[in-house]
Amino acid sequence: MKTKTVRQRKPDSNGRTAKLWQLRLYVAGQTPKSLTAFGNLKQICESHLKDRYRIEVIDLLEQPHLSKGDQILAIPTLVRKLPPPVRKIIGDLSDTERVLVGLDLRPVDLTATKAP
Amino acid sequence: MKTNDHKSTFPATRLPKCPTGIQGLDEITGGGLPRGRPTLVCGGAGCGKTLFAAEFLVRGAVQFGEPGVFMSFEETEAELKGNVALLGFDLASLVRRKKILLDHVYIERSEIQETGEYDLEGLFVRLNHAIDAIGARRVVLDTLEALFAGLPNEAILRAELRRLFRWLKNKGVTALISAESGREHLTRHGLEEYVSDCVIVLDHRINEQIATRHLRVVKYRGSPHGTNEYPFLIGDDGISVLPITSLGLNHAASSERIATGIPRLDAMLGGQGFFRGSSILLTGTPGTGKTSTAAVFAQAAARRGERALYFAFEESPSQIMRNMQSIGLRLEPWIKRGLLRFHSARPTLYGLEMHLAIMFKEIFTFKPAVVIVDPMTSLLIAGSESETKAMVTRLIDFLKSQQITSLFTSLTHAGNPLQQSEIAISSLMDSWLLVQDIEGNGERNRVLYVLKARGMAHSNQSREFLISHRGIDLVDAYIGPGGVLTGAARAAQSARDKAETLASEQEAARRQRELERKRAALERQIAALRSEYEAEEEELRRLGEQVATRTRVLTAERTELASLRQADATVAASARDDGKPKPKDKKR
Repeated sequence: MKTKTVRQRKPDSNGRTAKLWQLRLYVAGQTPKSLTAFGNLKQICESHLKDRYRIEVIDLLEQPHLSKGDQILAIPTLVRKLPPPVRKIIGDLSDTERVLVGLDLRPVDLTATKAP
Repeated sequence: MKTNDHKSTFPATRLPKCPTGIQGLDEITGGGLPRGRPTLVCGGAGCGKTLFAAEFLVRGAVQFGEPGVFMSFEETEAELKGNVALLGFDLASLVRRKKILLDHVYIERSEIQETGEYDLEGLFVRLNHAIDAIGARRVVLDTLEALFAGLPNEAILRAELRRLFRWLKNKGVTALISAESGREHLTRHGLEEYVSDCVIVLDHRINEQIATRHLRVVKYRGSPHGTNEYPFLIGDDGISVLPITSLGLNHAASSERIATGIPRLDAMLGGQGFFRGSSILLTGTPGTGKTSTAAVFAQAAARRGERALYFAFEESPSQIMRNMQSIGLRLEPWIKRGLLRFHSARPTLYGLEMHLAIMFKEIFTFKPAVVIVDPMTSLLIAGSESETKAMVTRLIDFLKSQQITSLFTSLTHAGNPLQQSEIAISSLMDSWLLVQDIEGNGERNRVLYVLKARGMAHSNQSREFLISHRGIDLVDAYIGPGGVLTGAARAAQSARDKAETLASEQEAARRQRELERKRAALERQIAALRSEYEAEEEELRRLGEQVATRTRVLTAERTELASLRQADATVAASARDDGKPKPKDKKR
């Protein structure tokens, strides 16, 4: 499956990869930070990955054993399960720019021009 | 629970303690780590933090029935199991039996992107889950500082750590947090400011190329604790801290005496030898027969059917045995019979503490009645003087508490004052023998003194110490107007004495003979005088006879003459007188 993903990872007009994105958001209860994070994530995905993403929210208070699998320490943590490699983004995702970089959704040249 | 038994040994007013089970540490801390509170263990790389933490958990689970969570930020579960297996802990089995839970927390900074506010609730949840899963009473976090490398925002991290320690306290678990030691602070990231209850520093110092581990309780809020730096070692069965002062001076003293194997030496020691369980120091310059004396002592123990353990730091067992054969001492039979054991090790092989631990172990397994350390001074190579003294103190304390008689040989370098043993250890010793070389007349001779022997009358005399193929013997040194003479000088002196005696005997005999002669001469003289006297007497007698004869003749003649002249009266008278008319007739 992994090899397939790599093969289909051709940039489209926006510099994004075309394939289903599997994202997992770890939270611990309905804390303001968690809610903010979920809201931010939803927004980013809608604008950059429309119809190509799936968000799975895991509440560690309900499923504490799952924290081990993805090595979750910080809350909230967003894990990009697919496409590989696995990437982790911690925080309430309020810094959209860094989220995009973290998720590898920004073409390098674009970030480079925007940075200064 | 078992732990309650432990707690009850301390007064209720004291802080509840959580025994670690680590040998020696509970003595220093007066019962263990503060129960229900976090303790910080810090130290440099390779000083045994992880092992310390692991032993705390394993012993807690095995000895005190307290399950524990080991949250490792560095090593994986498999690595941990492997590492502690070296020390005889079967972590895997404990994990299977849900006594211990291992959790490897892995943080890779390159995988993490920070975007805004966050907290470490994930870690809390995870830890909480682990604790609840096995009902843990103990928690180890090894080492939390990995978080600093993994998480970019230090402000959040610090706030969260503070929360973590408070949370651990509220959770009521006894936590052990390890941290790398830093330059300015105890720990690299100043973790000690969050953990205020108990801080233990581990240290691995290299002194003269030999590494020794040290442990120090820097802080223990609400409890008295040993403040010294205690050496500790990591042996086959885990960590053992060796508190120098933990052993009290309350060992029982035996009044039983044991022979030294040298009858004359026993005689010098009140006739019976040393006390059982006493410590004996044998100092001497090189080549004075310290090892020989020690070997004889060991053999004497074996002869009594007691076990003797010989720690040799300079010679191999076979070398000692060969050398002892030259003085008529055969040690192999005793080794074969299991009454004598040699333990040879180079002093530089490991640090003092390791030596001590190995010696303890040997003593525990062999259970000897007599222990010989030959030479004690070699251990100076492995440590500084004060360390060696501390080590020997502990060894002696231990041996005394076990009623084991110990003989330490000590090499005194020529030129040093003999009364000063190298390690200034003499005050710890009950008896002190000194073997000294006396040089003179082109030879060296050994002289033995008993410098001290506590609790027994002992000789103040110096004895000449002779080593021959028949063994060791002590001989009265010649003490005369010429001072103390030994060896050839002693022999020469006694020969001179003998000659003098002979000469005076001969002189007496000569005088006797002369006297005899004189008496004989005198007697001869007396005899001569007597015969002279007798001759004179004879002469005198003869003279007397002559006189008498002449008188008679004269009388006769006169009578005849008178008769002739008719003097009748007189004739009649004279005729009556002699009635010998014949000569008268004849003359007529």
